[in-house]
Amino acid sequence: MSKTLYDKIWDDHLVHTQDDGTSLLYVDRHLVHEVTSPQAFEGLRNSNRKVRQPNLTLAVADHNVPTSDRSKGISDEESKLQVETLEKNCDEFGIKLFGMNDKRQGIVHIIGPEQGFTQPGSIIVCGDSHTATHGAFGSLAFGIGTSEVEHVLATQTLVQKKSKNFRIKVDGKLSIGVTSKDVILQIIGKIGTAGGTGYVIEYAGSLISSLSVEQRMTICNMTIEGGARAGLIEPDEKIFNYLNGRPMSPKKENWDKALDYWSKLKSDGDANFDKEVTLDGKDIMPMVTWGTSPQDVISIDGRIPNPENEADEDRKNSIERSLKYMGLKPGTAIKDVKIDKVFIGSCTNGRIEDLRDAAKIVKNKKVAQHVYAMVVPGSGLVKQQAEQEGLDKVFKDSGFDWREPGCSMCLAMNADKLKPEERCASTSNRNFEGRQGRGGRTHLVSPGMAAAAAISGSLDDVRKFQN
Amino acid sequence: MQKFKTIKSIPAYLPIVNIDTDMIIPKQFLKTIKRTGLGKNLFYEMRYNEQGTPNDDFILNTSPFNDTNILIAGKNFGCGSSREHAPWALLDFGITCVISSSYADIFYNNCFKNGILPIVLPEAKIKELSEYSKRKEEIIVNLEKQKITFGNNEIDFEIDQFKKKCLIEGLDDIALSLEKNPKITEFEKKLSSNRPWIFND
Repeated sequence: MSKTLYDKIWDDHLVHTQDDGTSLLYVDRHLVHEVTSPQAFEGLRNSNRKVRQPNLTLAVADHNVPTSDRSKGISDEESKLQVETLEKNCDEFGIKLFGMNDKRQGIVHIIGPEQGFTQPGSIIVCGDSHTATHGAFGSLAFGIGTSEVEHVLATQTLVQKKSKNFRIKVDGKLSIGVTSKDVILQIIGKIGTAGGTGYVIEYAGSLISSLSVEQRMTICNMTIEGGARAGLIEPDEKIFNYLNGRPMSPKKENWDKALDYWSKLKSDGDANFDKEVTLDGKDIMPMVTWGTSPQDVISIDGRIPNPENEADEDRKNSIERSLKYMGLKPGTAIKDVKIDKVFIGSCTNGRIEDLRDAAKIVKNKKVAQHVYAMVVPGSGLVKQQAEQEGLDKVFKDSGFDWREPGCSMCLAMNADKLKPEERCASTSNRNFEGRQGRGGRTHLVSPGMAAAAAISGSLDDVRKFQN
Repeated sequence: MQKFKTIKSIPAYLPIVNIDTDMIIPKQFLKTIKRTGLGKNLFYEMRYNEQGTPNDDFILNTSPFNDTNILIAGKNFGCGSSREHAPWALLDFGITCVISSSYADIFYNNCFKNGILPIVLPEAKIKELSEYSKRKEEIIVNLEKQKITFGNNEIDFEIDQFKKKCLIEGLDDIALSLEKNPKITEFEKKLSSNRPWIFND
């Protein structure tokens, strides 16, 4: 029978299946961070259980770490305790950890690929919904809860029921100034935040395969915002070249064996998908969110929608609630919306190509006087690379703050947050109420769009700044 | 895990769609290293004013809903992050049953790991049940029979039979999986010959 890529990865990891389809799957790679793991380790200790395969788990502190000078440690007592608890747990259970002062430290979904820990055809899990990012490598990667983290630590397996197959095909080419962030925002706008619930999405089509590895990660990263737990892309030469020589990539004869296996990872031509959606690159514009759900998205030429035009009562109420929270009026051109802050970073857009995109726009220009703008590289290695290329200087010269790596203002668990009613152009993934700080107002955009907003002082069209 | 027993309670109705995990439990409370104590911060930003005083208009701050075991909410409940703090906060508050027309996957699974029953019903039935919240009348949720009783009416609901069994018997997932230890070991043996790079050998 013909199979999708998801079907194949699933089948290759089946340890056991019950009559009702509930299955036990083997987990190849487990990433751990400080927020969703302490209770899992505590659970192990309480039941006197060990970690089954410590070598298949990699840990890093990212959510709580300060992005300013780290030499004095963490000032927030609770954050400090959580980071220290991770260190203690990793030490006790024999798990490799990139500590706060390790130059390889960074956002968990950035360091996995960077180290070659993320590999095609593998099952990768983490107590974090944006684990979907790793699907860009043709792996089945998804977020799990803390009880499941404990389950993986103890058994190296997970109990799962199979999802349905959903293919999103994007053909054509990206227009100038349009990025993979705009592609995924447009997809979420089209399918809605529950559009992928119960499915694993495979992204396909000529536009998707033309994307770089990092651009693919941005797409897979926000799969969860479309309701699907996992999104994946058939791995190709670009992926194999990216992984070749990374510290945790397979070596010597194992590399050849892996490459042979990885090259076969694709959906069969006549495989059945339960749901399909198609987009054309020429219809994709620079996008921006106006509301408090990632599906509340319009192109930069658009206007804020009017709830009165909505027939559906729930939708109408939800738009009204969003507009009230966001402090926006129906019919306003989104370009006329002034901003206070700019955040460039996160597991969605904190990689080197993202920083290059943004630096290109801000070069030799100044951040608008009323705007505070910050860049938070996704990892220590991204930061180092950017500094070698002189990007830090470009950002600093134009008035950006250049920070240490971490999750930072994507979720504002550390000291980086919005004040009530502050408005932010952000390259992160969620514009939920209070996400970037209580009462804070988030507009999700691409790195180039965030840079354009920083210069203009209001949401703006990145295409204006292209040469 | 606590065994799931039949619940009789006046449900609280929160008529908002896409209630995300940031709304259920904001990030400042994720710094805990415990599973308990999150109930007082459930729905923090809706429940408390900026000064930290309770918002009297919010349903869970008013009697009898401050004692409820059942929450009825709009579609796509629990979307957003994987934080298990969301079901922990609900449970710590006393909510052991959520009723909605749809849920985000990770949240849905997390509920079962904590003895919470997430029930899926069509929108029309949700509206019907929400009347009992407005009238402050009790409804009964019986998982064994997969039935909700309200007034003289009954609604059946669907549930995965294995998940049902785990809830009713309060089964520990990990212990169940560890019973399959020989199969896991056998799988690992095959894995180290079929895909040896996984173990970095």
